[in-house]
Amino acid sequence: MLGGMNEVISVSGLVKTFGRTRALDGLDLTVRPGEVHGFLGPNGAGKSTTIRVLLGLLRADAGTARLLGGDPWRDATALHRRLAYVPGDVTLWPNLSGGEVIDLLGRLRGGLDPRRRDELLQRFELDPKKKGRAYSKGNRQKVALVAALASDAELLILDEPTSGLDPLMEEVFQECVRAERGSGRTVLLSSHILSEVEALCDRVTIIRKGRTVETGTLSELRHLTRTSIRAELAGPPDGLADLPGVHDPEFRDGTFKCEVETARLDALLRRLTEIGVRALTSQPPTLEELFLRHYQDDLNGGRASAEDGGAGSASGGGPAAGGSGSSGGSGSSGGSGAKAGSR
Amino acid sequence: MTALAGTGALTRLALRRDRIMLPVWLYLIVFMAASTVSSTKGLYPDLASRAELAANTNDTPALVALYGRVYDPTSLGAVSMLKLNILCAVAAAALSIVLVVRHTRADEESGRQELVGATAVGRRAPLTSALTVVLSANLALAALCALALTIAGLPAAGSAAAGAAWAGVGLVFGAIAAVVAQLTAHARTATGYSFAALGAFYLLRAMGDASGSGGPRWLSWLSPIGWGQQFRPYAGNRWWVLLIMVVFAAVMTVGAYTLVSRRDLGAGILPDREGPSAAAPRLRGALSLWWRLQRGSLLGWGVAFVVLGAALGGIASNVGDMVGSAQARDFITKLGGEKGITDAFLATDLVFASVFAAAFGIQAVGRLRAEETGQRTEPVLATGVSRWRWAAGPVLVALLGGAVLLLVTGVVAGAVYAAQSGDGAQFGRVLGAALVQIPAAWVVVGLVVLGYGLVPRLTSLGWAVLVAFLLVGEMGPLLKLPRWVMDVSPFAHTPKLPGTSWSATPLLCMVALTAVLVAAGLWSFRRRDITS
Repeated sequence: MLGGMNEVISVSGLVKTFGRTRALDGLDLTVRPGEVHGFLGPNGAGKSTTIRVLLGLLRADAGTARLLGGDPWRDATALHRRLAYVPGDVTLWPNLSGGEVIDLLGRLRGGLDPRRRDELLQRFELDPKKKGRAYSKGNRQKVALVAALASDAELLILDEPTSGLDPLMEEVFQECVRAERGSGRTVLLSSHILSEVEALCDRVTIIRKGRTVETGTLSELRHLTRTSIRAELAGPPDGLADLPGVHDPEFRDGTFKCEVETARLDALLRRLTEIGVRALTSQPPTLEELFLRHYQDDLNGGRASAEDGGAGSASGGGPAAGGSGSSGGSGSSGGSGAKAGSR
Repeated sequence: MTALAGTGALTRLALRRDRIMLPVWLYLIVFMAASTVSSTKGLYPDLASRAELAANTNDTPALVALYGRVYDPTSLGAVSMLKLNILCAVAAAALSIVLVVRHTRADEESGRQELVGATAVGRRAPLTSALTVVLSANLALAALCALALTIAGLPAAGSAAAGAAWAGVGLVFGAIAAVVAQLTAHARTATGYSFAALGAFYLLRAMGDASGSGGPRWLSWLSPIGWGQQFRPYAGNRWWVLLIMVVFAAVMTVGAYTLVSRRDLGAGILPDREGPSAAAPRLRGALSLWWRLQRGSLLGWGVAFVVLGAALGGIASNVGDMVGSAQARDFITKLGGEKGITDAFLATDLVFASVFAAAFGIQAVGRLRAEETGQRTEPVLATGVSRWRWAAGPVLVALLGGAVLLLVTGVVAGAVYAAQSGDGAQFGRVLGAALVQIPAAWVVVGLVVLGYGLVPRLTSLGWAVLVAFLLVGEMGPLLKLPRWVMDVSPFAHTPKLPGTSWSATPLLCMVALTAVLVAAGLWSFRRRDITS
């Protein structure tokens, strides 16, 4: 890893067990200053456990964890003044108003900017006068978000922060995070909403069963996976199926479809133009497909729900099925994936 | 009856959730009943000794106020009922309140009822299933107690009446809790108000029972606790009193159903008020947050302790005048201290104030666990607040609050007693006697802090420990427990003031023990994982 000294978060070989369950099993995570880092994994993969270790709420059994240059367990209080945290499931004190909670958390952290607080309240359309018990889930989430975003912390740790927000508020949230990155803050964004991660994150770490399975920028990760190709050909598809890196080839009514390993794309395109191309669509892999590739073991293990099953067949089968499967999971992932790819 | 759809399934679910708690409560009550009878048999084997006890008790208003009267001195059963009747009735009432709130408002507040309510479950089903559980629990209580008392050697008819009396009191308070649970939006408030009603009715009965033949004895008839006693098991078995209880419970139940059909899910009858849009400058640290969270509870307890102090001071002023026979004087003197009868009474009953102060402490420290399981601790600990500072808040509230409560009781009781006896010096004596109760309550708080620090689940064991200390103190002499068992309770080490000579050593030891327990608890809390 580069620049080991000034990393904001650096975790390696982290192990945490609860009784017989091994929640973290040698997890690695590196977050560099000024980046928005996506922390991806299915439910129960260990995202929240990792964050709790980083916050000094849980004590790791093995491995090392460094946060802002300090020890998250020993230096907890001092480190916490430099970060703001939004839990995935926000509960408020029933008899404190939202405004009181925002101010209180800000003061406990060492101060917040009142102008920014008011601006955020407006943007998130949050009524600060309601008592904690009267807020809906989405509004409780907004209270925690406003409290965190109005602070001047150098690191934001957000654990599935948008669960319960409607699409409009999700958009507001994304604008805010982009603004944070613009002002040089570091963000660790745990999520399983892939479109959100694709739209916001510079680098991504994907974990599974308490282990890191992939980490890097989105384009680095894309390089490791497959692109969907659909080409209307002038002639017969001779030899296409035998090219290295081509998967699930299919030829019908003059149209050739396949998935190709992104590193082998060049050779396939050269062969296609030799045959003659009338129309061509190429779709870069979405994060969703990346993600699913790592969870196929789980899916094939028979534990998949109906929805997961549909998406699972997407990455295993043809690209057409992939398109319909992913649109069921999160609507805009295909589009934003293409955008990110063209950057 | 679509409004009742799903009642059966909900009732089975409730019984499954209570499969440990319910049998344990029932077992404790039945065990208490059976063991009291056998010890009474041993202590008062013949007619003469029972008659003496009955006469002494009935001539002592303070005892009558606490426990009620003995209605048939010749009957072993009626004599056994002296402490037992009120203890079992209150236990049945407490069980019923807890059950009703747990299966109505608590489920609603947590959102579990919403999950269930969206299935084919009628609007009235949750309340109906809660009341069904309470009814079943009280019927089981009646049957088991009747059986146990009969086996212990008492007449079957009286035993059946005793069981029915306790179950009746239980049902009445279950119905009261059902109404209260509709009025308040929070389970904690519902439980608080229901127990406040229990306390008020206890007090009403105490005032009625303790008044002389010309006084307002009818007050006892305004109290469901009084009904339980006027049932008079083994002393007439007045079954018609059961009718009053059933009718009252039925009326309250109808009220609860009316309220259910008039309100939204999750809402109380009283609407939520708006809060301020920004926090006051005072609310700026962990301690001020804890004060904000617990000041209401402390105020409520404060009111209760003022009432307690006034009652103690008032009764104390009359004890001396109204004790009839020399034997009675002898009896009450033996119960407590060595000098005056009044002093003995105060020394005995101020221990209860100490037990209540400990209960406040358990509740205050219990908030730490509630915050942790409610996932409100994590966001706070993720700010600049250290664990030590966070946990120190409720511990301070428990210790200082408990001390303030006892101070309040001492001041009120002392003032009332001094005013009525016309002896100003009594104020200081009574106040001092209240203040020496502080360390024993603190030890209980210390135990709870240690439990929370080690394993949060242990926090609720604090209640069991307090009940055990109380039982050992109350029943120990009756059961002839060995001295060292009774010495386990910190309340046994409080000097019996006013009136006796005393030393500060046990008090200082208890304060030191509290300090060690609290320090160990906080140290453990700083080292363990935060559970979620």
